Amino acid sequence: MVNWVVSKMAEGNGDDRNVVIEVRNLKKYFELHVGMFKFWGEPIYVKAVDGISFKLHEGEILGLVGESGCGKTTTGRLLTRLEDPTAGEVIFQGRNIATLKGKELKEYRRNVQMIFQDPYESLNPRYTVQKTVMEPLLIHGIGETYDDKVELVIKALEDAGLRPAEEYLSRFPHELSGGQRQRVAIARALVLRPKFIVADEPVSMLDVSIRAGVMNLMLDLREKYKIPYVFITHDIAVARYMSDRIAVMYLGRIVEIGETDEVIFNHVHPYTRALISAVPVPDPDHKHGRVEIKGEIPSPINLPPGCRFWPRCPYAQKGICDVKDPPLKEVSPGHFVACHFAEKFMEEEPTEKTVDVS
Amino acid sequence: MAELLKIENLSIHYKISTGWVYAVDGVSFTINRGETMGLVGESGCGKTTTGYGITQLLPSNAYIKEGSKVIFDGTDLVQLSTFPSKKFEGYRKIEEYHPEMRKFRWKRISMIFQGAMNAFNPVYKVGDQIIEAILTHENVTEEEARKRVEELYKLVGIPKDRIDNYPHEYSGGMKQRAMIAMALALNPDLIIADEPTTALDVVTQDRILGEMARLQKRENVAMILITHDVSVVAEMAHHIAVMYAGNLVEKGTAREIFKETAHPYTEALLKAFPSIKGEKKRLKAIPGSPPDLANPPKGCRFAPRCPYAKDICLEQEPPVIEISPGHVTKCHFAEELYGELGGE
Repeated sequence: MVNWVVSKMAEGNGDDRNVVIEVRNLKKYFELHVGMFKFWGEPIYVKAVDGISFKLHEGEILGLVGESGCGKTTTGRLLTRLEDPTAGEVIFQGRNIATLKGKELKEYRRNVQMIFQDPYESLNPRYTVQKTVMEPLLIHGIGETYDDKVELVIKALEDAGLRPAEEYLSRFPHELSGGQRQRVAIARALVLRPKFIVADEPVSMLDVSIRAGVMNLMLDLREKYKIPYVFITHDIAVARYMSDRIAVMYLGRIVEIGETDEVIFNHVHPYTRALISAVPVPDPDHKHGRVEIKGEIPSPINLPPGCRFWPRCPYAQKGICDVKDPPLKEVSPGHFVACHFAEKFMEEEPTEKTVDVS
Repeated sequence: MAELLKIENLSIHYKISTGWVYAVDGVSFTINRGETMGLVGESGCGKTTTGYGITQLLPSNAYIKEGSKVIFDGTDLVQLSTFPSKKFEGYRKIEEYHPEMRKFRWKRISMIFQGAMNAFNPVYKVGDQIIEAILTHENVTEEEARKRVEELYKLVGIPKDRIDNYPHEYSGGMKQRAMIAMALALNPDLIIADEPTTALDVVTQDRILGEMARLQKRENVAMILITHDVSVVAEMAHHIAVMYAGNLVEKGTAREIFKETAHPYTEALLKAFPSIKGEKKRLKAIPGSPPDLANPPKGCRFAPRCPYAKDICLEQEPPVIEISPGHVTKCHFAEELYGELGGE
């Protein structure tokens, strides 16, 4: 993995690498029908994703982190077109995927695969492992004979670390452990050789001892096949381990995006700061300072005007933050922040409003 | 510090149609007043059964093995509310609704349940549920109880006017706070917190943990913090007990567990955990999966997955060795491995 990272860094910020997928100003509003009020007045929307843009490069893992309700899962579902966007574009191979229909859409679905959170629910309990992993091949008509297909299934299972694969073919999900199930889900995603994978919290249901194995497997597969991932997680320590770049989301927006170490150690946005300071560290000597943020995540129905974070932000200034929506600004190469005071925070460490809890 | 709870050789087994599940086997530890102990392990390692075994809130197929002791403030809770099972020799059955035991539950030992989301009854107001708990155990009027709830709400940081709300009107973090208020309602000596923040977002988790640490210090209650999250115990606990497959494999102060690791499983657990601090290192997965507790391995239960295992590990159950005062490990090669294992 180290070699891969080094070679990637030699290429500069990676902007010259092939872009696999580009997201431009993507929005998804869910309309709420509240009783009979739907017949008059303005419809009410939940703005799950509200204007996000990013690029995913070849062989890259982009971590999408945020608290529940920040829109990270909806983003994943939009990328795989399990949801249709309200506005904005997802460009794949020069085409906006929202316009794809019929055969082309099927082709797109072959190129993008998803790994879900709960391997206990994402596998059909009545299908054997072989049937589960072979189904995508049947749908897309890959492999000429039955034996070819079985061979592809075996190859995918071995890639996913289920060896010897023959032993697993006729098993049912209930005969597998959680980690093995998630490996079957990974094999199912891999068997089609997708161009990119959206992994939605793939390890959060797994136990610690098994989680590390699945994460390492995903990193190894990235190295082997250069498949880019969008890795959605609420756990920043996991995101740090897995991703090359991290995008931090808050209420449907990306508030900060950049190289992993930039975001973890040189974060600028007050929300990122608060989020990272809240992550517990497995070290009893670690002195835990805490950036206080007020209240809880507001409902995405009644969004505050201006910057979405200002009602909770300890540095918010009246007249600026509650009026104008901050755009994403580049503060250092490849590192973007959506905050009015980004430059100021870059220069001077903001006076830490921390509470000593030791 | 005064000793509050002493668990000796606690074994809790579940009877199932095909035999026994050895969920907890020979667990011993002590907790002093005002101290936090972290009980860590993966799912199925028996940490929750241990926690619930203290107050004996266990399913009806749970049996406590003869010889187990849970001495709480001088009283053996096992002797108090269990009787020798007629069906199974060497086991004791838990007597439900034992009047003496009820004096301990909530009044002396309260709990914060896993998933506070579901711990409240959705059709009763949150405040009423806490008032009910107070009225059940204490001889006070309803007004006095309500006053107490108001104080508690202030303590945990929920506005007073939310007392008459229903659980669905609370956010996840608030439900958790209300749960903490309820646990503190009767000034217990010990709180058993079972995964108190697992379902919460990091920012909320951080705040709740901070709150718990503060209240615990202030009220001087002891706490058992049951969790799978190594980093949470690192932050909260004075002492840590690591469990694996029903056994307590290592026990010591937080520093000892993290910096002077003495058991291979603890080492493996720490190495499998990603951190946000320090250098990024490749995580080490533990090969294999935890054993089936209906049919545990003969020798050391971790031996099949242990990188240091030798023949003896597969044959003989390892002894409990005190490697330094208060720091205990259950491993054949404790002395050889001590100092060799790096938690970091």
